[in-house]
Amino acid sequence: MNWKTTATAMGLALLATTGIARADGELNIYNWGNYTSPDVIKKFEAKYNVKVTITDYDSNDTALAKVRQGGTGFDIAVPSQTYVPIWIKEGLVQETDPGKMENFKNVAPEWANPDFDPGRKYTVPWALGTVGVVVNTDVYKGPADSWGIIFNTPDELKGKVNVVPEMNDVIFAAIKYVGGQQCTDDKAVLKKVRDTLVAAKPNWIAMEYNTIEKMGAGDFKATSDWNGSALRQRLANPAIHYNYPKEGYGLWSDNVVVLKEAKNVENAKLFQNFIMDPENAAGLSAFHRYANAITGSDKYMPADMKDAPEVVIPAAAKPQGEFQKMCAPEIQDIYTKIWTELQK
Amino acid sequence: MATAEEVAKAAERRDVRDRWLLSAPALLVILFAATGPLLIVLVYSFLTPGAYGDVKWQFSGNAWTSVFLERDIFDDTLSLAAAHVTIFWRSIKLAVVTTLATLALGFPTAYFMATRSEKTRDLWLFLITIPFWTNLLIRTFAVLQIIRNEGIVNTILLKLGIVSAPVQILYTDTAILIGMAYVYLPLMVLPIYASMEKLDFRLVEAGYDLYATRFKVLRKIIFPLVKPGVIAGSILVFIPALGAYVTPSVLGGGKNMMLSNLIELQFGQGRNWPLGSALSITVMIIVMVALLAYVRNAGKSGVRHG
Repeated sequence: MNWKTTATAMGLALLATTGIARADGELNIYNWGNYTSPDVIKKFEAKYNVKVTITDYDSNDTALAKVRQGGTGFDIAVPSQTYVPIWIKEGLVQETDPGKMENFKNVAPEWANPDFDPGRKYTVPWALGTVGVVVNTDVYKGPADSWGIIFNTPDELKGKVNVVPEMNDVIFAAIKYVGGQQCTDDKAVLKKVRDTLVAAKPNWIAMEYNTIEKMGAGDFKATSDWNGSALRQRLANPAIHYNYPKEGYGLWSDNVVVLKEAKNVENAKLFQNFIMDPENAAGLSAFHRYANAITGSDKYMPADMKDAPEVVIPAAAKPQGEFQKMCAPEIQDIYTKIWTELQK
Repeated sequence: MATAEEVAKAAERRDVRDRWLLSAPALLVILFAATGPLLIVLVYSFLTPGAYGDVKWQFSGNAWTSVFLERDIFDDTLSLAAAHVTIFWRSIKLAVVTTLATLALGFPTAYFMATRSEKTRDLWLFLITIPFWTNLLIRTFAVLQIIRNEGIVNTILLKLGIVSAPVQILYTDTAILIGMAYVYLPLMVLPIYASMEKLDFRLVEAGYDLYATRFKVLRKIIFPLVKPGVIAGSILVFIPALGAYVTPSVLGGGKNMMLSNLIELQFGQGRNWPLGSALSITVMIIVMVALLAYVRNAGKSGVRHG
């Protein structure tokens, strides 16, 4: 009797272990928080019989620092285009040649050969977005397509403006507002940038990331923000509008890379190919609420995103969009000083 | 009796060896878990920043210079790092005010608890420790829910017609102070209570019998006797308050940097790890100096009373 129970227990235990081992492999994804569609992951797991684990990071710098130390166990990461060249230069990623993958034909032509990864030898596009100005039109009805909302705040919005404390984005916006070029080292421009920022700050209420909730609840009436975040805010409150500043606004893209230290390279490659499929790309967009670079995905996009002004850049605003670049370290150093001066 | 002496010596030697072996785990923990990481921070503070984060293994004193001095971005003159001083001063001020606020609230609380009957004391102690069961971040967000414009306080004030528009508490210095005092209060109450519990209240009675006023009893009898608790509580509150990160960011809105934000900036977007390390060590030095001064002062007056 006793033997029987023991044997059964052992048999069950064995079954359980084989049950886990039955998956054909694993895939460890290192991605921004709240950014990876669980549905698409489930689909990938089912299709290739792979167990996916997702770990979050909160900034490009965190991700870079961690992967640089090595031994993370991650196979895939999703850095922004400004950081991709660093990842490549420091030998952190491997050449998986997505440009030759089966689904690459779906990548929109303007995204097939970007500056940060010529010929797409390493990266697959994950999401595209813009940085603009969000305004609650119940409070402010005037024209809002300008960084002036942030840097020369109209009376109705004084003391109600938030600024997302992303240093590079804020300095980029301020440089555009005073009429300079991004990554400029022109002291006259930078001085204007600093003076503009310092003068603008008393009109701000906060410098926070938590805009979706705070704009929705009404703690903020305007903010600088990413477009996907703005879309979520509008869905919560229709009076909230996203604007593309006429002085110029930042474009960004996040990209899937396979790490050099990856243990599940084949699965990682399968994943890169998988998300270039229009239906899957639309699935990712439906979750993170940003656009993607895959032609044909609009067919599968959720109805509230198909012609959302946050996702589809209006023709009139298109020329002002500019890809944000990584500035040289010595320029970055000046930016940090201005930033410290601003927040002191 | 030489043999007995030898035996005794051998035993002593064994004793010494055992003592070392037994304390080895503790020593290893102190060496690797406490001192080791600090040494890395110290070494990093003398290196050159890497281009995109990390460090280059190249000696440089720049990080330490820029803790205190800054080269103006525009006219290249060297001057006192005003921004850093402002930020340091803000954090120190906040830590001091938090300590005073928690003391003002915690002392009467501890007194109240210590003067209850034995049985109910445990209940009060239990109530004080309950906040520790939840995460600091969650407690801070709870405060946010109370004081925000659509929060409980403002809703009640509006409903009662006391104010016509919500009072802006969130994102002000008051909000930070409310949050800090709330978060650190138990750290002040518990040590004071521990001292207060041991207080012989017959001394208080004796004081009254000798016609001391209430204030005099408090000042001359209670306070000197619970002083060790007050000192411990103040230290426990001051140190974490100086490096507070979550509470000022969430309730203050992140417009004005605290020391912790300044350090985080260097390791994140600022990509200047050596400066971050140097700033961290500077904070430690400030804490050490403050502690020494405080304990010395307290010790001196303690002797006078004792």
